[in-house]
Amino acid sequence: MDIQTLLQTIANAGAVSAMYALIAVGLTLAFGVMQMANLAHGHFFMAGAYTVYALYALNRWPFWLAVAAAVGIGAVIGLAVERGIFRPLRGDVVAGFIATAGLMFVFEVFMGEVWGWGYMRPVPSPYMHAVTFLGASVSFQRVIVIPFAIACIGGLMIFMHWFRLGRALRAVAQDPEAASLQGININRMTALAMAIAGALAGIAGGLMSTIYAVTPALGGHIILPALIVVVVGGMGSIGGVTLAAIVLGFVNTFVTTLVDGVTALMVSVAVMALVLAIRPQGLMGHVVT
Amino acid sequence: MSLPDAGKYRIGALVAAIIGLCVFPFFAKPYLVEVAMIYFIWMILAQSYRLIVTIHDWQLYHVVLYGVGAYTSGMLAKNLGIPVFAAIPIGGAMASLVGVAITSILLRTKGWGFYIATYGLAELIRLSWLRFRNPFGGSTGIINIPYPPVVAGIDFSARIPYYFFSLGVMLIILYMLYRIERSRIGDSFKAISMDPLLAASTGINIPRHRLLACAIGGFFAGIAGGLLVHRLGAVDPRNFNIITMLYLLIWVVVGGTNTFWGPIIGVSVMHTLFEFSRPLVQIRPMFFGLSMILVLLFMPGGIESLISKAVARWRRLRDVPTAE
Repeated sequence: MDIQTLLQTIANAGAVSAMYALIAVGLTLAFGVMQMANLAHGHFFMAGAYTVYALYALNRWPFWLAVAAAVGIGAVIGLAVERGIFRPLRGDVVAGFIATAGLMFVFEVFMGEVWGWGYMRPVPSPYMHAVTFLGASVSFQRVIVIPFAIACIGGLMIFMHWFRLGRALRAVAQDPEAASLQGININRMTALAMAIAGALAGIAGGLMSTIYAVTPALGGHIILPALIVVVVGGMGSIGGVTLAAIVLGFVNTFVTTLVDGVTALMVSVAVMALVLAIRPQGLMGHVVT
Repeated sequence: MSLPDAGKYRIGALVAAIIGLCVFPFFAKPYLVEVAMIYFIWMILAQSYRLIVTIHDWQLYHVVLYGVGAYTSGMLAKNLGIPVFAAIPIGGAMASLVGVAITSILLRTKGWGFYIATYGLAELIRLSWLRFRNPFGGSTGIINIPYPPVVAGIDFSARIPYYFFSLGVMLIILYMLYRIERSRIGDSFKAISMDPLLAASTGINIPRHRLLACAIGGFFAGIAGGLLVHRLGAVDPRNFNIITMLYLLIWVVVGGTNTFWGPIIGVSVMHTLFEFSRPLVQIRPMFFGLSMILVLLFMPGGIESLISKAVARWRRLRDVPTAE
């Protein structure tokens, strides 16, 4: 591997890590607050990508406005799923998990019927610039997700630690009963968590739509790596998940570049199995009793 | 007395069903006989999955174990020339081993981390079939797998003998699972799923029982794979992906997991809908996804719970002495 390929691969790995982190932080937030796993989270990402496709590529909206709309759509879908599935099934982890598996089917068919099956929807790149460094050229569009991920996750951490509402979220995650005794409205908190999760998936989908082929199968492809990131990082831990996103983003990208995508996924799963065999709760997870 | 009465009805229905299944292939179209064999395989899969579900281990690798059975049995028969009827149980044993291996890695992982990790490890196995073209044939799978031989003058590669062979295997497996559920082991499984701490304090070894459930369930899933592969004469890795796993989950959940009859009803109803909706192949997943969500929200016991409620009600109405 020469220096140019190495630099380009590092840039790609950074972008993939940022994307994983945005998706997985939402997953882990929803898990922390509600103890619910959302298998359809990859489809939130896909909804963001299709929003940008529809508004920016088809209707010529400005790119940033389209991404903002993707954030909104993601948040709305998150709220709808919270209200329709997670709230009625609260306390039943298995039922919530299985119901979102059904939701995957529903989303995929919906997108396929609306936007066409088997079509790759290309989204043109709004920024053609490329940074050239040591002979390696890295397109601006490809790495644009990195500053966004840092800003969003950093903002989320600040929100969770220094804002009343964020602290209320953490209180619900620790002990819903005690939190509600303090006058925290649990329903409002779970709704907030799902809205944030959906918005983060929406922004990731919107920004990555120019790089990925937007198809109805996109959500199904993205969900397994994201879930692996959450399990490795430790369920419910934003810091752990971010760390795991970086590790797995690099592992995945380097193996993909050196060997192929299938092997990369296999290596990611093997890393997960290794981590879980040693630390069953994930890198930074708490021991759940 | 309503209990012996109910038992009589149940045995009557069972005998009628078995006689019906024995007569069926002589009157049905060849295509329907093939479909019926797929039903038997799904019945085994759903019922063996339910055994694992009674202990509350909702793993997502069951369909991959079915694939392990199919690959093992097919490759043993094709490459090593092992007789088909010996290769099928070896495939089951292999699936059982793989299931135990996966679960023993994840024994200490709790909650949905466990479910996700089972999905991941299942993908690892499935992707290795795609990745390693040399023994597993890559994305095209394996073809030219031997059909079963002629035994005692009956040619088991023909349709009707193989139908009876799979019917027999299915009935034996269902009977064994029925007995296991009613044994001490089955009670321990239920105790663990209801209250793990209490179960552990009464001396039930939880990890050992979880592995036991995996081993038994995996063995039968592997047998189902063997049944499939020696009828089709080929193995296709696409049969064993997560989508198939989710369909299995839907059949079991919609049928209901509370009793032994739930998955049987689930497969009978849902797989029939699945077969009949072939023309709508693209929007079909939406219907099944929605039906599972609605069942989870409004009918957590599945279709089976409706039927048992209806039966209980009918019995109550019948037993009320009429005012004369």
